[in-house]
Amino acid sequence: MAKRTVIPFGPQHPVLPEPIHLDLVIEDETVVEAIPSIGFIHRGLEKLVEKNEWPEMVYVIERVCGICSFGHGWGYCKSVEGNLGVTVPPRAEYLRTIWHELGRIHSHLLWLGLLADAFGFESLFMHSWRLREKVLDIFEETTGGRVIFSVCKVGGVRKDVANEKLAEISAELNGMIPELKELANVFMEDMSVKNRLTGVGVLSKEDVIDLCAVGPVARASGVASDVRLDGHGAYAELGFEPCVEQDGDSMARCKVRIKELFQSIELIGKAAASIPEGDIDIKVKGNPSGEFVGRMEQPRGEAYYYSKGNGSKFLERIRVRTPTNANIPALVKMLQGCDLADVPVLVLTIDPCISCTER
Amino acid sequence: MAERKDLIQDIQLTAASDLLGAVADMKTAGYRLGQACATKVDGGIEVLYSFEKDEALKNLKVSLGDNAPELQSISGIYWAAFIYENEMHDLFGITFKNLALDFGGHFFKIASETPWNPADKRSASDADAGAPAEVAAGAPAVAGADSGADGGEKVTDLEKNDKETPAKADEKGGEA
Repeated sequence: MAKRTVIPFGPQHPVLPEPIHLDLVIEDETVVEAIPSIGFIHRGLEKLVEKNEWPEMVYVIERVCGICSFGHGWGYCKSVEGNLGVTVPPRAEYLRTIWHELGRIHSHLLWLGLLADAFGFESLFMHSWRLREKVLDIFEETTGGRVIFSVCKVGGVRKDVANEKLAEISAELNGMIPELKELANVFMEDMSVKNRLTGVGVLSKEDVIDLCAVGPVARASGVASDVRLDGHGAYAELGFEPCVEQDGDSMARCKVRIKELFQSIELIGKAAASIPEGDIDIKVKGNPSGEFVGRMEQPRGEAYYYSKGNGSKFLERIRVRTPTNANIPALVKMLQGCDLADVPVLVLTIDPCISCTER
Repeated sequence: MAERKDLIQDIQLTAASDLLGAVADMKTAGYRLGQACATKVDGGIEVLYSFEKDEALKNLKVSLGDNAPELQSISGIYWAAFIYENEMHDLFGITFKNLALDFGGHFFKIASETPWNPADKRSASDADAGAPAEVAAGAPAVAGADSGADGGEKVTDLEKNDKETPAKADEKGGEA
């Protein structure tokens, strides 16, 4: 029997912009067990509900993540709107859907770049992030912000976007498709990329269900789970079907995200073409006094937003459960039996966001 | 019109002694554990477990007393629950028996006092907290990170106080 050694991985590691620590138990160069530790950057954002009135908390919840900030704002608003029984105007739902899908394109391109960087393909990293810039420019044009947008509010959205502008955005995104296809081709066909991703970190469908994994991690293992199927936003009208792969390895997780890039562009195009005219918000009165469990499909997967009111301007509780939180058990499983050299890539394939996880 | 599954709220009150049985039933029925969280309420703590199947949610809620709250861990049924249970232990002081992966109170490394108790933090200056807040329709568009005031319509006691503004929170949190 080979000698067992414990190697600490993180919390500071070249491939990780954020701190997660893993105690890797290895035999020779094979990982036999991984014990995760987080908690290095707990920010206590949920606790700010004690100091901020519920209309203001959307600004705090947006700051849970700088990548999927729009989605977090929407998730919070959705939960409070459910609590208050508010129905948002259809145009606002379409605008929310468009911004949320832009966020997904931005997030997935960022992730593809980080993945390329992790396996040492620097030029691929740069091309991914160059394309991502175009999406950030669209965010800036339509919201005024590139990271935090502050356009979602309880009852609707703060800014309208002219139909002509939406058509321009759709055309601009469609114009990115040839370059995205080129990028996707390298990720899926290049021999060096295939060698690093194919058959690495396989997670079976049964493991996904047992470990309650979410998002692209689950869909890459054949589980067609996606919160966008639950009827919120404009997804039902736009005809949404989740992107699913069957292999469950790192390449499958990469393929799901690449497919979702093209799917998001298609959804934005459909939404821009069919967005209804009308108000973008409604007046909301009263204070939340019940409780509501809402969910969103963030780029990294399912997120929960639980709000509980007590009839005052301060919510009793806001709880945000982010996708990385749910995917850590799956990461622990996929690390078992992998080569030590694959650990950084495997950690990245769940698209970890530790700041989100700790809130 | 598609069914809005997201608007269906199924929250069942469950006795602490019945929790494991109810959670095992969820597992048998094919539900996935979505999340678990604690909420401090008057006189105790509520623990909410959310389960999902085919994009529909079911929730179990357990009420615990304030005095040394304790609950059976469900990590023997859903191993992934260890994340949520360690968090609830560290932030709300709930002890989970038979926790599959117990970080012993070191899951979060935080400087602030725990367990969380919002009631302790609200001062008498919040006496008007019952007055309804309002989000106005057609409020002026605010681009980027703004002051946090909604359309500039209201100035609350909290805003006069030295509260933590979203801008400050952002400085601390940075881009995730």
